[in-house]
Amino acid sequence: MVGPPRPDRPARRRAGTVWLLLAPMLLALLLVAAWPLLRTLWFSFTDATLFDLSAARYVGLANFALLLADPEWWRSVRNTLVFTAVSVALEIGLGFAIALVLNREFPGRGPLRAAVLIPWAIPTVVSAKMWGWMFHDVYGVVNAILLQLGVIGAPVAWTASPDLAMAALIAVDVWKTTPFAVLLLLAGLQMLPQDYYDAAEVDGASALSKFVRITLPLMKPSLAVAAIFRALDAMRMFDLVYVLTGSNRETMTMAVYARQQLFDFQDFGVGSAASTLLFLVIALVTAIYLTMVRLRLSEHGALAG
Amino acid sequence: MTKFLMLAAAVCGLVAQGAAAGTVSISCSALGKEYELCKGGAQAWAQKTGNEVRFVSTPNSATDRLALYLQMMAARSPDVDVFQIDVIWPGLLASHLLDLTPYVRPEVKAQHFQTIVDNDTVDGHLVAMPWFVDAGLLYYRKDLLEKYGVGVPEQWTDLAATAQRIQDAEHKAGNQRLWGFVFQGRAYEGLTVDALEWIASSGGGTIVDGSGKITVNNPPAVAALDLAAGWVGKIAPEGVLAYGEEEARGVFQSGDAVFMRNWPYAWALANAPDSPIRGKIGVAPLPKGGPDGRHVATLGGQQLAVSKYSPHPDLAADLVLYLASAAEQKRRAIEGSFNPTIANLYKDPEILQANPFMGQLDAVFANMVARPAHVTGSKYNRVSVAFFSAVHAILSHRGDAATNLAALEKALNAIGRNGRW
Repeated sequence: MVGPPRPDRPARRRAGTVWLLLAPMLLALLLVAAWPLLRTLWFSFTDATLFDLSAARYVGLANFALLLADPEWWRSVRNTLVFTAVSVALEIGLGFAIALVLNREFPGRGPLRAAVLIPWAIPTVVSAKMWGWMFHDVYGVVNAILLQLGVIGAPVAWTASPDLAMAALIAVDVWKTTPFAVLLLLAGLQMLPQDYYDAAEVDGASALSKFVRITLPLMKPSLAVAAIFRALDAMRMFDLVYVLTGSNRETMTMAVYARQQLFDFQDFGVGSAASTLLFLVIALVTAIYLTMVRLRLSEHGALAG
Repeated sequence: MTKFLMLAAAVCGLVAQGAAAGTVSISCSALGKEYELCKGGAQAWAQKTGNEVRFVSTPNSATDRLALYLQMMAARSPDVDVFQIDVIWPGLLASHLLDLTPYVRPEVKAQHFQTIVDNDTVDGHLVAMPWFVDAGLLYYRKDLLEKYGVGVPEQWTDLAATAQRIQDAEHKAGNQRLWGFVFQGRAYEGLTVDALEWIASSGGGTIVDGSGKITVNNPPAVAALDLAAGWVGKIAPEGVLAYGEEEARGVFQSGDAVFMRNWPYAWALANAPDSPIRGKIGVAPLPKGGPDGRHVATLGGQQLAVSKYSPHPDLAADLVLYLASAAEQKRRAIEGSFNPTIANLYKDPEILQANPFMGQLDAVFANMVARPAHVTGSKYNRVSVAFFSAVHAILSHRGDAATNLAALEKALNAIGRNGRW
């Protein structure tokens, strides 16, 4: 667009066409995203039950008060945050290391890159069931190997023991989702301008200082994006937990809690409130995270400038 | 979701209108052989009576199925006439189900086990017909008991002693993987079932009594649960805290457990041609809790119910009576090992030939105890979750039974508004 904006007829007609073309998509979004979300929000202020949704009455903030007073809910919040923090940190760390390796030229790199993606390609429910059998205390392969190696003296009940269940969940999630982090970070690595490295080579910089002074700062945006993607996903964690440890209070996440209220207890009011709070917690964490990242990025920009 | 269901219902309604006037739709479970048998039976009825039957698929998971039923019923959908419902649902769904009393002759009703008929009767209305029954059983390794010259345990303490003895001896002999006892210890409905058997067999009641009073915090219940907590890590693997039916069967069927608590379905599988313990197992009633206790088994199984919103309730009720009849239950027992709800069928030579173990079951079925699904109505699942969470904490050695049951009593009083429900 050059020159002062002049609302001439073609432009206005073009705007009309744009809206016309957008309309089906907007309508679809309204139906599949906005409508269920708003309905959930509405139900969270009512005493709706699955027995008779039409009989729902407005109860104000009672459902939210109930949740905030429920130690089980707080435990699910804590579980979700612990799960998110630990699994995302491990996935980004491991993912970055693997991405750096895969970024080098070496024979067989193509097949290896494809192979790394396999855990990510398996549906979560399938991999959760599979790990469930592998973690089985009596005939699971994990115990068999560790016993053979002499790492443990007696079989360990990975998913049953209250202390180990969360660690087992995180381990499976790391196994499954690290490839996703690898994919995102590898894409970032391949976009780094080669001339910086050439210049560093001329200056005689060591590999470590190239990594710390070039790769790391330039990769910050990619790392930030990968971490936020993973964190959003991890906070919604449902299927893995539900399949592997069920409604066990020790590992119950916020999404599992909401499902239990909605379907096991048929309590649409409290369940919707739990879903709404999950949404709010995710929004809050995202906002805090983005603010922090933006502050740090702009600081970095100021220094570099 | 509701919208979608209503749309689906509307479409199905159009289809139904196009068909003959007498089209009854039935929802059957599709687990294992269930769908095939249900279809066969319903089609036989259709041919006999000149009507038509339509089959509605439902999710395999009981919880998901309940949610779907509730959504259909809340929308007063005429889409499904006959529902297959779990034994713990009559109290939950009663307000949407037709009273079958006018359709069932008293002598037909009297054929069925009284416990199940009572379970399916809500406020004097017979809201469902018993279809097949499940009960907790004690599976044991005949060969191992014979080897050590011990009998089938009569009491839970005997079971623990026998299990410990065989386990220790076998470990010494090099069979390191053998455990004494496996059951359903995961935090889910199955643990409610198992723990109810421990408590009820010790005279500790059924969590909530018939009048709605919360009775779970009593000395026999405390003793029974402390006893069970002592098994975990000793005669039962610590992993039992994550076992459902199939995980327990996996251990037992691999030959790695002396005793197992499970439903009747495990019999056929454990005796399958590829089973390592084929022919080496026996079935007995679950042990008593102490000399004054009794053998009990928690009631499980499925019922058939007619929707209140059915456009042709008479036809639907007729189909239900046909499917629940002695002849049809006999066919299902022979072809699919489903346990009849009619006491006389346990003496039927053809059924016993197909399923020899059923001859031992009538004593078990005569002593069934129902979960308190009735009196707690729509709050049953909350009660069950609170109960199995407390039991799971006890079994995980996080607090003793007395502490956990006191806390549970408080929680149940809050859920049940001090017994008014």
